Amino acid sequence: MRDIDLEDLLLKKDKRAIAKAITMAENGDEKVYEIIKNLYNKAGKAYVIGITGPPGVGKSTLTNEIAKFLLKDNYSVGILAVDPTSFFSGGAILGDRVRMSDIALNKNVYMRSMGTRGKLGGLAKATRAAIHILDIVGMNYIIVETSGVGQSEIDIVKTSDTNVMVLSPGMGDDIQAIKSGIMEIGDIFVVNKSDREGADKTAAEINFMLDLNDKSDWRPPVLEVSALYGKGCSTLLSKIMEHRYYLEKTGGLEERRLKNLRWEVLEILMDNFMKALNEKISQESIKELINAEYAGLTNPYMIAEGIYKNLKGGFK
Amino acid sequence: MKRPIRVLVAKPGLDGHDRGAKVIARAFKDAGMEVIYTGLRQTPEQIVEAAIQEDVDVIALSILSGAHNTLFPKIMNLLKDRGVEEIMVIAGGIIPDEDIPFLKSLGIKEIFTPGTPTSKAVEYIMKNVKVQ
Repeated sequence: MRDIDLEDLLLKKDKRAIAKAITMAENGDEKVYEIIKNLYNKAGKAYVIGITGPPGVGKSTLTNEIAKFLLKDNYSVGILAVDPTSFFSGGAILGDRVRMSDIALNKNVYMRSMGTRGKLGGLAKATRAAIHILDIVGMNYIIVETSGVGQSEIDIVKTSDTNVMVLSPGMGDDIQAIKSGIMEIGDIFVVNKSDREGADKTAAEINFMLDLNDKSDWRPPVLEVSALYGKGCSTLLSKIMEHRYYLEKTGGLEERRLKNLRWEVLEILMDNFMKALNEKISQESIKELINAEYAGLTNPYMIAEGIYKNLKGGFK
Repeated sequence: MKRPIRVLVAKPGLDGHDRGAKVIARAFKDAGMEVIYTGLRQTPEQIVEAAIQEDVDVIALSILSGAHNTLFPKIMNLLKDRGVEEIMVIAGGIIPDEDIPFLKSLGIKEIFTPGTPTSKAVEYIMKNVKVQ
């Protein structure tokens, strides 16, 4: 597909074109950024919902249920499901389509699985580019399902408009609930698999944590849901909408998107600097600096200091 | 950096056993591929749609039900209809030797019958899929 065809096809919501563009982003093909730049005036309309939480709590099933409700209301939905890439082989099993096969043929759905490819934080490096692409083609909602997060993978909160934190019963005592990390990033909390024992207790512990927080106008609701049996999913969707209206009404959405933009720009810049730094450091002069001036020194601070002084003003 | 090969592992039709599909998915993963597994009981339409949206290089079909002579032609036709016949299709499972020439005439590149070590399928993909 030629670049110009790709742009044209993207505007026609061609799913092959969407797929090719996301592949380019995943593979670091810079041409895709030109395409996004050219078409960016179409972006900004999609609403991004993050679905995050530990492995096995039912994020995919929940994503499927939310998508079904949105489709019923005639919205188009883009789904990005991130799963971990093997540190050892570089391969990945991307298995989230298994729970979504009943919506896969809907013409208003585009669903893509992504491997993390070495990126920490719960998202893939290309996830944000994929969001822009789905936004440009006019998806009303974009649901981003993170790779099963542990305790500090919170990149989704720098990416989403509304973030749904999914947990399930029996995940630890109440000290877990007051720790930092993923427990702090929910706009909405879901205790999924609420048909199982202990759901009330888990919900109570989350509520306890939330009651300790400073009073902000939005107190995250805690919902007991059983996604597999479709219980509580419509309440979840109405809470998502409520959060959206709250953000829009208070100006919080604009503020949040500006913050997210700042994170994204920072990340792009860090990427560029890292590349430049790697190039610089591999240059002979820097090698000499390490070898000659700092040979025999086992102190990393001094070596780094010397290189930093040498580099300062050298990013051109 | 070389990009990973993307493979869709799909089970068309009505059989309920996916142990083999999971074993082969794991072998592909361990060989450094990104494997999109779609689960049991997929229709030809679902398989082709998933292959397009996931932009895969290879579709690996696993079938034990004996319906390969009906389902595989449907899949191959759909790929042509949607203009994505460049995606390589391979298959494995319980497929009698006498059916293989017909299936290959549809454009299915290779068929792996029971007893084939997973490494054969891995090697085949590595040799025949060129990634830039």
